[in-house]
Amino acid sequence: MSSDYADDAVDKALERSDFFKRARGSLGPLIALILICAVMAFLSKSFLTAGNWLNILQQVSMVSIIAAGMTFVILMGGIDLSVGSIVAFTGLITAALMKYYNIDPWQAVALGIASGAFLGFLNGIMVAYMALPPFIATLGMMSIARGGAFTITNGDTIFSLPDPFLIISERIGRIPIPAIIMLITFLVCGYVLNFTRLGRYTYAIGGNETASLLSGINVMRCKTAIFTISGLCCAISAMLLTSRLDSATPVAAEGIELDAIAAVVIGGTSMMGGEGRISGTIIGVLIMGVVNNGMNLLFIPQGPQKIVKGAIIVIAVMVDIIRKSRQGNN
Amino acid sequence: MTVPILEMKDIGKSFPGVVALDHANLDVRPGEVHLLLGENGAGKSTLIKILSGAYTRDSGSILLEGREADLSTPQAAQEQGIAVIYQEFNLVPWLSAAENIFLGREFSTSWFKPHVNRRKAEMEAWKILKRLSADINPRAAIADLGVAQQQMVEVAKALSMNARIIVMDEPTAALTGKECDTLFSTILDLKSRGVAIIYISHRLEEFHRVGDRATVMRDGKTIKTLDLADVDVEELVRLMVGRSLKDKFPKVPATLGDEALRVENLSRGNKVKNASFSIREGEVAGLYGLVGAGRTELARALFRADAPDSGKVYLSGKEATLNRPRDSIRAGLGFLTEDRKGQGLVMPLGVDENVTLASLDQFSRPGFLSRAKQARSARQFVGRMRIKTPSLSQEVKNLSGGNQQKVVLAKWLSSDAKVFLFDEPTRGIDVGAKIEVYQLMNELTRQGKGILLISSELPEILGMSDRILVMCRGELVADLPASEADQETLLLLAAGGGKTIVQ
Repeated sequence: MSSDYADDAVDKALERSDFFKRARGSLGPLIALILICAVMAFLSKSFLTAGNWLNILQQVSMVSIIAAGMTFVILMGGIDLSVGSIVAFTGLITAALMKYYNIDPWQAVALGIASGAFLGFLNGIMVAYMALPPFIATLGMMSIARGGAFTITNGDTIFSLPDPFLIISERIGRIPIPAIIMLITFLVCGYVLNFTRLGRYTYAIGGNETASLLSGINVMRCKTAIFTISGLCCAISAMLLTSRLDSATPVAAEGIELDAIAAVVIGGTSMMGGEGRISGTIIGVLIMGVVNNGMNLLFIPQGPQKIVKGAIIVIAVMVDIIRKSRQGNN
Repeated sequence: MTVPILEMKDIGKSFPGVVALDHANLDVRPGEVHLLLGENGAGKSTLIKILSGAYTRDSGSILLEGREADLSTPQAAQEQGIAVIYQEFNLVPWLSAAENIFLGREFSTSWFKPHVNRRKAEMEAWKILKRLSADINPRAAIADLGVAQQQMVEVAKALSMNARIIVMDEPTAALTGKECDTLFSTILDLKSRGVAIIYISHRLEEFHRVGDRATVMRDGKTIKTLDLADVDVEELVRLMVGRSLKDKFPKVPATLGDEALRVENLSRGNKVKNASFSIREGEVAGLYGLVGAGRTELARALFRADAPDSGKVYLSGKEATLNRPRDSIRAGLGFLTEDRKGQGLVMPLGVDENVTLASLDQFSRPGFLSRAKQARSARQFVGRMRIKTPSLSQEVKNLSGGNQQKVVLAKWLSSDAKVFLFDEPTRGIDVGAKIEVYQLMNELTRQGKGILLISSELPEILGMSDRILVMCRGELVADLPASEADQETLLLLAAGGGKTIVQ
């Protein structure tokens, strides 16, 4: 057969499998996001302004970058509880290098990011080569990295960082730089997940680890790489946070792992691994951000805000389970 | 004589408590379909897993085209051109057909090596699937494909690796007649390209249709390799079974009492269709069928582990309203599941805790467990059933398979059930332990209990049953006294070849 003929036929066959079938996982969350936005726009005049949206982007940038890394880990069938501690640790390292050792800010940033990636790498080694369950390995790292952060400064906060470092949290025109960094992170993560071997193997390991192993995939190396990516994302997020606060503290980002996991799950990624999309995580992050922002605009106090956030997580997963059991019955 | 493409010599492999392979030999020639026959537990799967690099052998050697080959990992085996299509397919459900076919061997683009060339993979997958005359969209997710299509994806995956040896483990178990025809013509096509196929099957009618030669295995040993032209099905079955049934099955003829259990028109989806049968007190009813015939599904629906679509259950003549397993236990049913590790035992709990798990009511006052009572009961069972354990609190995960199975049995014995559903009660345990399990069954029937014995092992069914039920594709196709049954009849019935016999 001529290859042209094959080309045509394949194209034809492929047209049938449409875009929406692939995207069906993130369609539900997207509709939810639009609905929430509609309600907020109705309740608050200032909600739909460009200024408010740029604020939302600025606010979600930190957690969203962590959630991007978390998406890899959860797709692979794991979990990373150590993200908040890694953020605190790398933020402090970077700040300490600049303040105490007078290292050039950009070199300090590079070293800080490397240290975050290294902690993620250690998570990966524990999970892949020592066969620790991800929950346990990263629970240990959660305490170790947090403790490390406290040890660096004896629990003190480092204030007044050098000016060049503060550029990270400024704006270009009206657009916050953290939002740009977030966008770049998601583009890169989306590329890796959808177009590279590592991304393919992330789905494969999460979907069927035995099959992956028997297909000759180096599962252990992939797991290590995935946790390293998560650590790297935490470090990037730490730079944004430290720069924005103009300070680094060992108690930074406590509990942020739950927000990141929530965003991934709300975005339709299965906690069992193998199924989900990075676009879903963006939507999950935005849902959380919009709800937060909206409730602030409406002067709803912290208590009820937390209740609403918790309810959103539970409802999102419930809807997902119902949808899947319907599919399963058909 | 042609040089064998594969020679496995004196392969040995043991697992804790079980010798799985004992000096097993296999030689396969290029372009032949080599049947690997044997009862369940004969060692076929272990042999295949050693060939595919999933297990490492304890002893023996493997030669490919006369040369010693390294098959220590799945990758190594793949590189040597060995592909295995397992019964439970090894596909990733949320990836596409093309992605699965080239999993681990993705095409790169010229400009950036880590970049996966999805289009090329889809093109190549399309070509291979076309060659197999399979109408499958390379982009379709595996989860959206039917079983036969998934199998075609597995075959395509094997072809894409340029496999010289393809192992098919019961490839027709889940296929319809027409799908089987397609598979057989694919196999012919593969043969003509010089690919050797190792074919595992329990379906007698396939043996001469696809096979060139056959190796028969029994108890971890390879008994004989023969040309299919020189041998008929009866001879093959005799070789597979091979032993005198009397010594292995200490069946005591039971005195039958009243009806203990009656099931009417039990249905669940297309797995169990309108099953009706009854069991009397003191009777063992054997339930035989091929893999996928719906035996376990029947037991689960009867026990209400799954909700049936319809069906009535009578215990001792009275209709029982069963909604959940809890109701079934209260009504006097005991269910010994096929998968003891997954569904029968709580592995990290002790022997005593497992034994009493289904009958905690007996050991508790409102709200409190009596540890002492529990220990007394467990000690009784450990003694009576000769469970080998260092202590009562020993975690069951540390016991051997045979002893684990005895713990599961003890659990149901202590629950005082009237009718027991035993799903593959002797799977994966050694001969000595099997006999002890059979003796326990005798004891139960002496006490007037009824037993439904589900088994894939024909000799077990024939050796231990008073009556035999045969299931085929969800339907009960036969119900006959054990004295009137023999291996050939049952196999034929189970394979859908016989006419229905219901008395």
